[in-house]
Amino acid sequence: MAFDKQEAKSVLFSPIFNNNPIALQVLGICSALAVTSKLETALVMSLALTSVIALSNLLISMIRKQIPSSIRIIVQMTIIASLVILVDQVLKAYAYEVSKQLSVFVGLIITNCIVMGRAEAYAMKNGPFMSFLDGLGNGLGYSVLLIVVGIIRELLGSGELLGYTILPSTANGGWYETNGMLVLPASSFFIIGFLIWALRVWKKDQVEDKE
Amino acid sequence: MSKKESPMKTIVVAVVLSLVCSIVVSFAAIQLKPQQELNKELDRKRNILIAAGLLEQGSTQSEIDELFKQVETKVVDLSTGELVEPPKDFTQRKFAKDPETNKVLEGKADIAGIKKRSQLANVYFVRKGQQLDTIILPVHGYGLWSTMYGFLALEPDTTTVVGFKYYEQGETSGLGGEIENPTWLAQWPGKQVLNEQGEPVIKLVKGSAQNEHQVDGLSGATLTSNGVENTMVYWLGEDGFGPFLERVRAGEI
Repeated sequence: MAFDKQEAKSVLFSPIFNNNPIALQVLGICSALAVTSKLETALVMSLALTSVIALSNLLISMIRKQIPSSIRIIVQMTIIASLVILVDQVLKAYAYEVSKQLSVFVGLIITNCIVMGRAEAYAMKNGPFMSFLDGLGNGLGYSVLLIVVGIIRELLGSGELLGYTILPSTANGGWYETNGMLVLPASSFFIIGFLIWALRVWKKDQVEDKE
Repeated sequence: MSKKESPMKTIVVAVVLSLVCSIVVSFAAIQLKPQQELNKELDRKRNILIAAGLLEQGSTQSEIDELFKQVETKVVDLSTGELVEPPKDFTQRKFAKDPETNKVLEGKADIAGIKKRSQLANVYFVRKGQQLDTIILPVHGYGLWSTMYGFLALEPDTTTVVGFKYYEQGETSGLGGEIENPTWLAQWPGKQVLNEQGEPVIKLVKGSAQNEHQVDGLSGATLTSNGVENTMVYWLGEDGFGPFLERVRAGEI
């Protein structure tokens, strides 16, 4: 397999800002709304999704020549679902508290469009190593956005980061009046909206053409 | 087209893939089961200790195991209120599902919205010397979206709250989910849940609580608050731990 360092780099890093799965393709919004009220859950969710997408891309790419196209979506789903169950079981065993908070959303990685999208769009056509990198890159792109939203929501919503008090809230005798709206899932819509706006001001080529 | 597309090949790929995936998944589930059970058990102990006011949040496994030594686990028959020998493999949730060992609740009897409950229930005692110091009751009831599980710790007079802790719920985080907020739970200790006749009278009220029978409701979560109140009314009432608490008051336990 010809290995192109330049391409590998671009496959790995372009999904972070240039082709971010959430910001540019607007995929995977559901979990981005649900698990970002605290940074800790956002981090664990990022880790879970990144490992699922990287491994599913790797495995699907390894057997891509054997997959009959008539059942390819089901084959992809089966592999993704198995990996998600695996991740869920591991979390339940080694990060019980966090897995309780993430509850159903780990299971919902199965239906996350980013994972399916990369499997179908990239892993079915490219070699295992590049597919792995592509999965990793897209996972990182997802993670960056989730973590930024998580930081904003936890810091301004409850005055804490990873459970440590940064801005002492009035409820606990400090001076910071917490912004209750940021704790609610709907606030992520606004935050993600503003982030997309900021990103498109910075990278003008992401602005969509007027219809 | 290539051989990749033949029906035979399709079936073979499907069967092999399903087989491999199911083996991997079941292997992981079985391998990780002991660790998961351990976590669940530890979580239960931790929450009992927190309800009884014996533990601050956190703490390591060995500390929890050490502290839990002072807690006695008992099983009570809810209809008579008597302590009974725990049957083999007793867990309250499993017994609540089994038609042999549960009681179906319908209509008005089902205040807490739980549909059926186990005939037997766990209770936990903490003693100081020979003297009964704290009784911890597991309670659960339906809120807005989910069944909320908690532990209520009472003094031996069976009405003064020592502590209260929810440990499993799926209410809206930030609204109903605030039932897990330590600041909200902190107003429970000292409240009187029963009146002089031993009937449950605790209420969650809008605004500020006026007396020892009232607790501040959660703003923006009226239905969750109702659920908490109903859970209390059910589990402290005749059909819940009522008969058992009567025996405790009579000094039989």
